[in-house]
Amino acid sequence: MKPAPFKYHAPRTTGDALRLLADNGDACVLAGGQSLMPMLNFRLLAPAHVIDLNRVPALAGIRVEQNVLHVGAMTRQGDLETSSVVRDAAPLLQAAVRQVGHRQTRNRGTLGGSLCHLDPAAELVTAAMAMDATLIAESAGGGTRRIPIAAWSAGYLTNALRPGEMLTAIEFPLWRGAQGHGFVEFARRKGDFAIIGVATLLAFDAAGTIARAAVAIGGCGPLPQRPAAVEQALIGQRPSAPLFKEAARLAATIEAHSDAHVRADYRRHLARVLTERALAEAANRVHDAGHGASQ
Amino acid sequence: MKDITTVRLTVNGEAVERAVESRVSLADFLRDDLRLTGTHLGCEHGVCGACTVLVDGKSARACLMLAVQADGAAVRTVEGLGTPENLNPLQRAMMEHHGLQCGFCTPGMLMTLTEFIEQRRDSPPPSEAEIREVLSGNICRCTGYQTIVDAVMAVLNPPDGAA
Repeated sequence: MKPAPFKYHAPRTTGDALRLLADNGDACVLAGGQSLMPMLNFRLLAPAHVIDLNRVPALAGIRVEQNVLHVGAMTRQGDLETSSVVRDAAPLLQAAVRQVGHRQTRNRGTLGGSLCHLDPAAELVTAAMAMDATLIAESAGGGTRRIPIAAWSAGYLTNALRPGEMLTAIEFPLWRGAQGHGFVEFARRKGDFAIIGVATLLAFDAAGTIARAAVAIGGCGPLPQRPAAVEQALIGQRPSAPLFKEAARLAATIEAHSDAHVRADYRRHLARVLTERALAEAANRVHDAGHGASQ
Repeated sequence: MKDITTVRLTVNGEAVERAVESRVSLADFLRDDLRLTGTHLGCEHGVCGACTVLVDGKSARACLMLAVQADGAAVRTVEGLGTPENLNPLQRAMMEHHGLQCGFCTPGMLMTLTEFIEQRRDSPPPSEAEIREVLSGNICRCTGYQTIVDAVMAVLNPPDGAA
């Protein structure tokens, strides 16, 4: 065995999990375990308590209601990947989750776990940023906080949860009408975290003009960036290769950092190239979405 | 103070009941407590895939699951496939196509592929690209993967439609 000793808890309800979290200061919440378990094995973390959410069925589920996709925090990545509801309502999320890890890790890994771990290049965080997700944090005693994804980072690998709070669900507001999505990333090996990943959403008016644009670039900071200049350059224009090339050029001005893997200028280069490709992808697969209630 | 839980599960169809410390991984539980050493441990942090087992029919890295989390589950390991005298079709294909050299990664490969094959029943034969996608979570340092892909293609694309 590798982890340091801890007291294990397996609550059956969200309320019990929140009470355990409130009562035990030095606790880790265990979701799919695909990031936390390695950290425990390396003893990067040695909590006194581990609160396992895998036996809380109420925390998992996928549904669309009033033009919002609701996903329980414990929903497995593999279930997002195969869900027909996600395919129809939020194909960007499905395109992103296909790039997350491997079959074995997606079988266990969860949406909430990935968002809480907050790896700078995590595909699901980048998709959530493009989709303007709202994260629902609950605490014992009925406290609920709605946190926009833009306010979700409190620093590198650190989410905005306060002590005693737990991420219970994620809401994705859905776009109406003709729209397309793109997700492109570059990683050294299949299944690795991306060096840079780009998620795009484009909505079109009846004349085929871009009415709305979202571009999220992950891998160049604690949280994916939404370069406003790129989005502004697209709105009101007709989709075309020169337009995407020009807009992507603006993506190369984002802030980026150097690390042991790649230099900042290479990150900016990737941001430009992948943004152009992800915009072309979005323009090439336009579909019409009228989101009613579905299960 | 040790935090001990009694777990009840089935492993390769046999009921098992053991008291286990909470911090013990499913992989260590299988190897050390049950002496099922066919499940190999390579990296022990979820990268290499050697420890892949099936938990309720789904592949999982046994180094990233606690044994207590498998309470009530049906776990399958490489010992639940064929026997040395009577290999199952996938194992036989791996042998015939030289899908292994040192064999360290093979148990994990077999369990990942077992899930894939069982989920694909009645589906059209997979492409080579699909097989490579499935195998992406299992690292092999000997074969270069082509022979493993060949073995899976042979199992799922039998000549003349023979099953």
